[in-house]
Amino acid sequence: MNQFGMFAALRDIIRRDLLLALRRRSDVLTTVLFFILVGSLFPLGVGPEPAVLRTIAPGVLWVAALLSCLLSLGRLFTADYADGVLEQMLLIPQPLSLLVIGKVMAHWLISGLPVVLLSPLLGLQFGLTGEALGVLTLSLLLGTPTLSFIGAIGAALTLGVRGSSVLIALLVLPLFIPVLIFGAGAVSSSASGIGAGAHLSLLGAGLLLAFALAPWATATSLRIALE
Amino acid sequence: MLKADNVSCVRGERRLITALSFTVERGRLLAVTGANGSGKTSLLRMLCGLLPAEQGRILWDGEDVRACRERYLASLIYIGHLNSLKEDLTPVENVTISARLAGEAVSEEKTCEALEEVGLSRAIHRLPTRVLSQGQKRRVSLARLWVSQRLLWILDEPFAALDAASTGLLMQQLRAHLSHGGIVIAATHQEIDAGADRLDQLRLAG
Repeated sequence: MNQFGMFAALRDIIRRDLLLALRRRSDVLTTVLFFILVGSLFPLGVGPEPAVLRTIAPGVLWVAALLSCLLSLGRLFTADYADGVLEQMLLIPQPLSLLVIGKVMAHWLISGLPVVLLSPLLGLQFGLTGEALGVLTLSLLLGTPTLSFIGAIGAALTLGVRGSSVLIALLVLPLFIPVLIFGAGAVSSSASGIGAGAHLSLLGAGLLLAFALAPWATATSLRIALE
Repeated sequence: MLKADNVSCVRGERRLITALSFTVERGRLLAVTGANGSGKTSLLRMLCGLLPAEQGRILWDGEDVRACRERYLASLIYIGHLNSLKEDLTPVENVTISARLAGEAVSEEKTCEALEEVGLSRAIHRLPTRVLSQGQKRRVSLARLWVSQRLLWILDEPFAALDAASTGLLMQQLRAHLSHGGIVIAATHQEIDAGADRLDQLRLAG
């Protein structure tokens, strides 16, 4: 197998999806705005008590990140499926799992990375300390790509199904739970002085596991969807 | 040489193709005809490997395409009834990116030349594809044939939405491809003028 060809295909698919996102900025902005709004409304609703805000911050910010990821998952393969581009992807003389990795990486760059970058800013509203903000960012950096990889399986499984967005949520939310627990747990542990090392290690392991298995599962689901 | 060996296809409860065998040699065009729903698209998708055959084998130069998937796909270009275009990209971007993804090194200049050859002026090369008419979109999709070096072309209703001039251009391109030893398999309702010595017909009963 030509490794240069594989690398070129990966690069080209990421570049194409980023270009498409650039042309349809509203889709990207919806996800980011959702994260900002949820993260900003909670302190207003809960009240200005710093201790309460610091306690709820990890859970609220992680749930907001998780839901904003879920919001964008429906678009991962739907357009490619409808316009026939997905069919052409299956005919590219490269492993489909590799192309799935490209799609997922582009999805993360479009919807996950902005969330990671904005999280310290939102964390400040909750009165998180500098160290906790760093852990929050790092946990999201490890956790959001995992959410994208897991979500891709759900997006592929529900391709062409009516009401697929609800179905994706039902399929992937149970799989998101460990990521949510370890992600929010990392920030809570750091804030309470226990240290976030164990949680971050588990998030890293989860990312590696998702990277190894999800592209294969997604590719298989896509093949079935197109038959 | 492409050979279908005793292939059958079932869609849902319906058997579309039963024990079909044929061979397409280099320099020949196989026109697949038949009524709507007779299995033309299913046959083409099966030949591409998008649809598994219920039984039988597809052979490329004597080797089962499942065993030489990468080599087979690197020889194949498939244009389905969907145009496979991104509405937010320009015609140039659509053709160049899809060719590059398929592993063919195509420059934007070469794509522009191909688009001009299919009758799309430079003025619309940089417009979003969504503003083009159906016929123009089909021409953008077909422009991949002009930039491709692939040997085997599998085309599903390639003349759909094309005007007389574009149909003539495509016929010309098909003949040029055949004269260079290429293979074309096309599902069509239209008569193809590829020259009697190069044309085979396959009529599906459904």
